[in-house]
Amino acid sequence: MKSLAELEAIRKATINRINLRTEDDSTTTRVVVGMATCGIAAGARPVMLAFMDEIAKRQLSNVTVSQTGCIGMCRLEPMVDVIVPGQDKVTYVHVKPEMVERIVDDHIIHGHPVHEFTIGANE
Amino acid sequence: MKEIALHLLDIVQNSVTAGADHVEITLDLAPDGMLSVSVKDDGKGMSPELLQRVRSPFVTTRTTRKVGLGIPLLMQNAMASGGGVEIESEVGVGTTITATFNTGSIDCLPVGDLAETMATLILGSPDKPEFTLRCKSALGEMDFSTAEVREALGGVPLTEPEVIQWISQSLKEEIEPILGGILR
Repeated sequence: MKSLAELEAIRKATINRINLRTEDDSTTTRVVVGMATCGIAAGARPVMLAFMDEIAKRQLSNVTVSQTGCIGMCRLEPMVDVIVPGQDKVTYVHVKPEMVERIVDDHIIHGHPVHEFTIGANE
Repeated sequence: MKEIALHLLDIVQNSVTAGADHVEITLDLAPDGMLSVSVKDDGKGMSPELLQRVRSPFVTTRTTRKVGLGIPLLMQNAMASGGGVEIESEVGVGTTITATFNTGSIDCLPVGDLAETMATLILGSPDKPEFTLRCKSALGEMDFSTAEVREALGGVPLTEPEVIQWISQSLKEEIEPILGGILR
């Protein structure tokens, strides 16, 4: 495996930040990506990693990205739920990596869901 | 699926669901062009009855719907290239699924982005199981283990963006010289 010494450097750089972090569900925004057979086949893997990249780039510490299974609307995959505390869940459908920046910027940071990407606009 | 790596992402989730502590993923490219892709887990395993029916698209362990397409789609693509799928399983011991692909066939899928698949698996199951990835060919071999990374990080979660980027980048660099000819 590649040099594990590099991991020591990463550990030193991140450990303080991690110790300071508070796990407070009432302020944490959740991004949930469908990652079952249907989601994977439709392109969910690059979408999930695009969310990770965008969140890292903007250093958003109060956003978590997780995966879920098939919820039965396979034709609309890749699907992504964004759950901002205190607001209704928003479901985005046919999500592509190039749509992720706008969802993060408009919805997660500024609180305005991108209506044209939502399940309501597509069904 | 467009890549063998996407099938892996899908199939390995069966091991996670089976409660595995360790999942070993191996890609072995023989000099004759046959690629063997195996996933070995120590999950709860399958009964002989379930093992016999598991290749059917109408068999699944979930209760929400009655279809499960992960294994059938993998079989379809392996067989299209002139390969196939073998599954061994024992209750309480674990399951090993091995797909073979003839990489010389025009119908063979590219291996695809194994680094992205590993990153996605780790993000989806950050604490358990431990994953290992081994790639072998006549050009060399590489080993990767989440347990080693976890130990080296001493308490920093594997899901930190810097860690995921490191894993993804180092896997890309290590896999390229071994399987470079069949990745794309």
